Amino acid sequence: MNPFSYTRATDPQQATQATATNASAKFLAGGTNLIDLMKMGVERPTQLVDVNRLSLAQIEELPNGCGVRIGALARNSDVAQHPLIVQRYPVLSQALLAGASPQLRNLATTGGNLLQRTRCYYFYDPAFPQCNKRNPGSGCGALNGFNRIHAILGQSEQCIATNPSDMNVALAALDAVVQVQSAKGTRSIPIADFHRLPGDTPNVDTNLQADELITAVDLPAIPFATRSHYLKVRDRASYAFALVSVAVALDVQNGRINAARVALGGVAHKAWRAQKAEAALVGKTAGEKAFRAAAETELAAAKGYKHNSFKIELAKRAMVRALSTVAQMT
Amino acid sequence: MNSSDDEVPGDETPPLRSSDAFHEILIFGSPETRRRFLKQVAGTSVAITVGSPLSLFAQRMSETAGGSAPSSAATLPLRLKINGKDVAVEVDTRTTLLDLLREQLHLTGSKKGCDHGQCGACTVLVNGRRINSCLSLAIVHDGEEVTTIEGLANGEQLHPVQAAFVEHDGFQCGYCTPGQICSAVACIKEGHVKSDDEIREWMSGNLCRCGAYPNIVDAIKEAAAKSA
Repeated sequence: MNPFSYTRATDPQQATQATATNASAKFLAGGTNLIDLMKMGVERPTQLVDVNRLSLAQIEELPNGCGVRIGALARNSDVAQHPLIVQRYPVLSQALLAGASPQLRNLATTGGNLLQRTRCYYFYDPAFPQCNKRNPGSGCGALNGFNRIHAILGQSEQCIATNPSDMNVALAALDAVVQVQSAKGTRSIPIADFHRLPGDTPNVDTNLQADELITAVDLPAIPFATRSHYLKVRDRASYAFALVSVAVALDVQNGRINAARVALGGVAHKAWRAQKAEAALVGKTAGEKAFRAAAETELAAAKGYKHNSFKIELAKRAMVRALSTVAQMT
Repeated sequence: MNSSDDEVPGDETPPLRSSDAFHEILIFGSPETRRRFLKQVAGTSVAITVGSPLSLFAQRMSETAGGSAPSSAATLPLRLKINGKDVAVEVDTRTTLLDLLREQLHLTGSKKGCDHGQCGACTVLVNGRRINSCLSLAIVHDGEEVTTIEGLANGEQLHPVQAAFVEHDGFQCGYCTPGQICSAVACIKEGHVKSDDEIREWMSGNLCRCGAYPNIVDAIKEAAAKSA
């Protein structure tokens, strides 16, 4: 691990001043991804700004029934078991509990989870010379390499990495809004605009500026999100990243679908909001026929590689199963 | 090499010379046999894999070990309560909580398995919550309370979870056991012990390559029942 200086932030203003003046400074929260990447030599910050002591761990209702605010430092374990989340947004609770292990969830924070980087083997190990995300212009080792865990939607020839987060998939389905702060002020970023597709700049994961600190994630009020579910398909029964995952919320009245939220994980550079599937579902009778048709529509543009083509059919079946599970909820 | 040293079957590394003991004192502070074993094994792998990705990995491993900080590194004072005792130390900012425990404080019960948060052998309790000490910088925990496997027993009386692991043979080689037991103590306290499946899910962050899982589940069930 490279040497770095360490500072402990006492308020957000002070934290963002440090990152505004040092381009290679990074915020440190739970550290479960950053410290690991520093051990691997992938991340080499010259300064760590420890934000763990900031008062940003609250989970509370927004005024006027506008939803719930999750502080950026709320630990994944605490968010997953908070009554407001369990009751109103079960899909988020389930997604968080599907991720990592209890020990890691006790460390990992909401803001940190948003910023975790891909688990693409070619990115994670600098022994591989090719990775446009780690070393822009060097090529993509995964494109013609071992690409079993890689993207099938929204990828580019520059990068076929996937976002590994379960939480992000639920946040995408719930239309979450990321609140950020910098020395210049505050702004709100809808989750759909927070993470980026790789395009020609896969080295840039998000639209967050280097000096901006995530302070909270807001969940809008979605009454039908009480009928929601997260399905994760992986190589082990627990403690493994998703091959494919699906977050679903459905509003069904008298057997007809009024509204649908569907997002996919493990298939793209960001949590993939399945808007084509959602549009195909609205107005249809809830049932396997409509679910399969919606899945076909969403995956029509999918492209597989040597080792991951199985994900296309897997994603369709996972969508049908997750939608069926929610449709059968009373 | 004295008579109490472990035999290493199949290890072709030449036996350590007496001068190596002095070398080891400089590195580790005490010539502990297990470390000598690890050092021999590490030396062997580097010799085999010079120039390969594995040698880079070995180099990184040595960079993360507590004793090899370059002089330019920043150190900071740190106060912790570890197993009920106040501890004040200076740490290199890069030191993980695991390396602080093992290399500086010689609490070698917490194990370094993967050093990447994938195996759970390093699990300790911080302010009563289980975490992977290998992925957490020591300096972050200034002022906090850490409980390791060494802090669970009450004098000569084993903690109920320790006793249950002995009773049910919840281990074979024992390397993952300190992490399993610390994790199990938290798992019981969290209340995630209502069924075998629930125990398996909530203990999934602790791998056991000997495959002692059925006995580990039995041990946790018994300890949970006794503490209820």
